[in-house]
Amino acid sequence: MTDRPDTLEPELVSPAPTVPAPTAVAPRRRRVGPALSWVFFGLGMVYFALPLIGMFEFSLRKRRGTYSFDAYTSVLSDPQFQATFSYSVVMSLVTIVLGMALVLPAALWVRIRLPAMRPVVEFITLLPLVIPVIVIAFGYLRMFNTSSFLPMTGTATGTNILLAFGYATLALPYMYRAIDNGLRTLDVQTLTEAAQILGAGWFTILFRIMLPNVFTAILSGAFLTFSIVLGEYVFAALLDRPAFGPYMIWTGGNRAYEPAALAVIAFSITWGCMGLIQLAGRLFPHTRASR
Amino acid sequence: MTVAPGASLKRIAANWVGVIPFLAFAAIFLLLPTVNIVIGAFRGPDGGFTLDTLAKLFEPRLATSFWLSIRVSLFSAALGALLGFLIAASVIHGGLPAWVRAPLVTFSGVAANFAGVPLAFAFIATLGRLGLVTVLLRDWFGVNIYAMGFNLISFWGLIFVYLYFQVSLMILIITPALEGLKREWREAAESLGASGLQYWWMVALPVLLPSLLGTFALLFANSFGAIATAQALTGSSQSLITVQLFAQIRGDVLQDPNLGYAIAFGMIVITAVANAIYIILRTRAEKWQK
Repeated sequence: MTDRPDTLEPELVSPAPTVPAPTAVAPRRRRVGPALSWVFFGLGMVYFALPLIGMFEFSLRKRRGTYSFDAYTSVLSDPQFQATFSYSVVMSLVTIVLGMALVLPAALWVRIRLPAMRPVVEFITLLPLVIPVIVIAFGYLRMFNTSSFLPMTGTATGTNILLAFGYATLALPYMYRAIDNGLRTLDVQTLTEAAQILGAGWFTILFRIMLPNVFTAILSGAFLTFSIVLGEYVFAALLDRPAFGPYMIWTGGNRAYEPAALAVIAFSITWGCMGLIQLAGRLFPHTRASR
Repeated sequence: MTVAPGASLKRIAANWVGVIPFLAFAAIFLLLPTVNIVIGAFRGPDGGFTLDTLAKLFEPRLATSFWLSIRVSLFSAALGALLGFLIAASVIHGGLPAWVRAPLVTFSGVAANFAGVPLAFAFIATLGRLGLVTVLLRDWFGVNIYAMGFNLISFWGLIFVYLYFQVSLMILIITPALEGLKREWREAAESLGASGLQYWWMVALPVLLPSLLGTFALLFANSFGAIATAQALTGSSQSLITVQLFAQIRGDVLQDPNLGYAIAFGMIVITAVANAIYIILRTRAEKWQK
């Protein structure tokens, strides 16, 4: 159990990097009855696999009587798809940069300099999981409309920025968990003190010691955020921005086979992001070393 | 690193500089909009304090929506927690080969995030009227599930779809907790003559209870705030409270802007109550562990 964060609180949603199963775990001894276990496991797999197979098969049905990739060609060549997809990609990248700029210093500071604020920061990062997204979006519409003190929804640029802020709030829990898990495996205090003894300033400590050490954690938080923002619907629809989520809903109401193709694309992207998280963990394993 | 009594202003500033942007952002873009909604719920059209708007939440149309959302969330959270637990426990303590575990957890990470619109499409393509499974059952086995009363666009259909991300989220969160169960506890229980069932009921369950409760509260909120899946799946035929609020914000269909505040406030209250219950139960469940 050495290389795994010792206490994983139940609030942790971060599906982020799973440390490879510790080899030290005791070998299973058959108790529950392997037959029953296989039944549960098998039923679970059937439930998880069928919708994926179903959507893939459906997406191939566009041409009558034979399987083809026509639905994909039709989706990919749709200018609307290209526009909304690239819009959402750009928004995700902006969100990642913004979120990291907010969360990384906060997570570091509460570990190094301000441990008293730690519960407060943790509480705030959990709020977006408790307050429904639609409520936050509604609050934005009322607070930042054209007749408010900060009329952000008045212009397209203002609304884009507001959307990025909204996405950053959605991403808070995931980013904070990812980075905090990364910091947990470091002995931040000792590293800081060692650096100080050697004459390092705060800038050096932050950018040359902490940052490289939590690089994997940053990457996993980033990929997770990317996959969440890309398909987000509520914020984009209520702020009336041409994002990928609303486009998918529109397709669902107006096309037959294209939605399944879109679902396959969206699933592949989510899967790709999770794969990249795993890959990042493997490529930079030193950041996961136990103390 | 604590601040010495005579700490200079500069020192205090250095202590706070990393946290301030975060706190300011959270205040303006998370807390203030929410508080704004809460205050709005107590205001009448003239701007004065009133409870009339909130009272409208108990009118049949909105009350039914709230109740529907609560039931969908309760059932999907309870079933999701139960099934996710069974699958995770089977994989970790059920004698399945160890190599199953890592792929399962990775897949759960993907599936837990595979929600919203694409998930609805996947289920329509599988169990909709022309979906793969529907058609195969009809053509191969002569079973027409729609003639038998099955409908994806229904209460249980919605829950069935929600379970996709609920079960995977449960697996994701409960796996580390299950791995934390020590083999010695089981051996100790068995040498004292406990059966497998007794071990799970009297040893493992109390240990896991805080995690289970926490996950349940999270699954509840997860489902309660969901909207895109329902919107893509059912249009507005299942009027969840989120769908109602969405329509209200989009077009003011209820002809009363303050009612939107009231609905949003009602949703906050429900998730807050769910979390308060969780915190209380969790404190109780953890008491003996200290």
